[in-house]
Amino acid sequence: MKSILKKTALAASVLAVAATGAFAQNIKVGAVLSVTGPAAFLGDPEQKTLQMLVDQANAAGGLLGKKLELVSYDDGSEAAKANGFTKRLIEDDKVDVIIGGTTTGATMGMYPMIEKAETPFMSLGGGVVIVEPAKKWMFKVAHNDRMAAEKVFLDMQKRGLKGLALISETSGFGQSGRKETLATAAKYNVEIVSDETYGAKDTDVTAQLTKIKGNDKAQALLVFGLGQGPAIVTKNIAQLGIKLPIYQSHGVASEEFIKLAGDAAEGVRLPAAAILAPEQLKDGDPQKKVVVDYVTAYKAATKSEVSTFGGHARDAFAIWVDAVKRAGSPDKAKVRDEIEKTKGFVGTGGVVNMTAADHLGLDISAFKMFEIRKGKWALLD
Amino acid sequence: MLSQFLQFVFSGVTVGATYALAALGFSIIYNASGVINFAQGEFIMLGGMSAAFLVTAGVPLPLAILVGVLIVGLIGLLVERLAVAPARNAEVVSIIIITIGVSMILRGLVEVTLGKGNHALPHFSGDRPISLGGATILPQSIWVLAVSAVVVAFLAWFFGATRVGKGMLATAYNRLAAQLVGVDTRKVLMLSFIMSAMLGALGGILIAPIATTSYDAGIMLGLKGFVAATLGGLGSGFGSVFGGLALGLFEALTAGYVSSAYKDAVPFILVLIILVVRPQGLFGPKQTDRV
Repeated sequence: MKSILKKTALAASVLAVAATGAFAQNIKVGAVLSVTGPAAFLGDPEQKTLQMLVDQANAAGGLLGKKLELVSYDDGSEAAKANGFTKRLIEDDKVDVIIGGTTTGATMGMYPMIEKAETPFMSLGGGVVIVEPAKKWMFKVAHNDRMAAEKVFLDMQKRGLKGLALISETSGFGQSGRKETLATAAKYNVEIVSDETYGAKDTDVTAQLTKIKGNDKAQALLVFGLGQGPAIVTKNIAQLGIKLPIYQSHGVASEEFIKLAGDAAEGVRLPAAAILAPEQLKDGDPQKKVVVDYVTAYKAATKSEVSTFGGHARDAFAIWVDAVKRAGSPDKAKVRDEIEKTKGFVGTGGVVNMTAADHLGLDISAFKMFEIRKGKWALLD
Repeated sequence: MLSQFLQFVFSGVTVGATYALAALGFSIIYNASGVINFAQGEFIMLGGMSAAFLVTAGVPLPLAILVGVLIVGLIGLLVERLAVAPARNAEVVSIIIITIGVSMILRGLVEVTLGKGNHALPHFSGDRPISLGGATILPQSIWVLAVSAVVVAFLAWFFGATRVGKGMLATAYNRLAAQLVGVDTRKVLMLSFIMSAMLGALGGILIAPIATTSYDAGIMLGLKGFVAATLGGLGSGFGSVFGGLALGLFEALTAGYVSSAYKDAVPFILVLIILVVRPQGLFGPKQTDRV
């Protein structure tokens, strides 16, 4: 009896040593993403990208000689659930970094707990509120909606257009975009002559567009929304025969938009990251290699088309990996400081230069202006 | 000014016609069982999605439409057999909750099997807008209106002139009495699910070229259809059609003349008013309890 007890105790201690040993071996990457639900078209490529990158890193010998382990949870596009999973990542999985918060809502819900746990947090959300003001443990890789609006205004200036009719989605993304558009228009000498909204699931927007059509001061039209809504707006614009130059936001920067809107998308312009058309980047462009490499790897690994959203996950992961390498350990505080010192990092979203006050580090040059010509993205600048 | 108004009306009746088809689906099942089938929106989505899937797979459009409607009819039958019929003796509220569960399962199954992306069907007869009095209307909108009118006429004939239809109406009025005179009320329930599913599928297919479709497209359409049915009076065929068209028009006119921000609030405010002032809906049969 005694010997059995002894043996059990021995076995248990061996197991415990093995367990802690394994724990010390692995570096844990935590993620909370919206892989299902309305934001799935964002979260799904993000999830696939992270899995692909972790597999790649492990195949190449891991990070600092240690194996990487991805612990990913799906919040089903519900910000409230993201909170619960964050708790699990921190308390049970004891991760070294958290990537995620696919949406701005999820990100902001997750942050207070992460700040208390003092864990580096790479958000994939788009809202300005994530980094303004800068929060100690939170960093952002996705372009701000304000930058999208500014890029559109700059393009309007080039074309000599002043009066802009705005139609924005009632979703979080659309309303944040609307706010930024209204706030920055004056700086670029653009007048918002019409301010309409539509619902993300609306099947017909001709009523709002008819009002815009009747507005003599409108010289251009900006649609601020995500997913299928902007495609319906674009089709309705064609139906009504509105001849104004059409701008869309970076929220539709995927092949699906062209597929859904069809011929109506012809001539539509939008600001987006270079990842939309990597082959059109000039050979000297520092982003070219990064983007082409990611696109090639993603297509090979997932057999699906890339979107800018998967690119955000790639950038978040790569910035963190660089910081771990510079810090020489996955120590959370050291890594956080190193992320903040990121300089000249070339990602799919642009060139990142972070400071203590700027946890995004992208400037407006990160956005390129695209035009849809014959069903393809054409790079304008 | 007039052309603007006309545009709002075109927009309103197109959307309204799809609400009307959804509302009819609610009414048929409500009549047969007193149950509000919250999976009705999913039938709409399934119609659009299965037809879109078939077209992508290379099936010609007319065949895809036919097969799509039949598939969804079959799904309606399965839903009734597997989820609703076993709970026949449960309270109406329990069955309503079952239909909510069914809607989640259907949505999840489509999400997993057909993906999360949006799909569009080709327009039935081109997408060149027709100009009418300064406003434009898509040929597809005319399809939506025409097919809806045919369906309504068919239903009116079916319930008014056929033995089966009359049996269904009899069940709606008094299930026990209908049973006593020889109506097989179980078959009535089955048939009502098949018809509602096919009706929903047809609506989903008709609107898919205009509105695109995705696995979660049924939620909002189902909700609006329910509002339309409540507005017109649950169980009343004429009420459903009227409710749907009125709702579509109200939305379009609000977006056009007031503000698009209030557009989605309109149906819910309307339904609140109706429920307070006239709980049975505009054209619903007055419910009286006999002591």
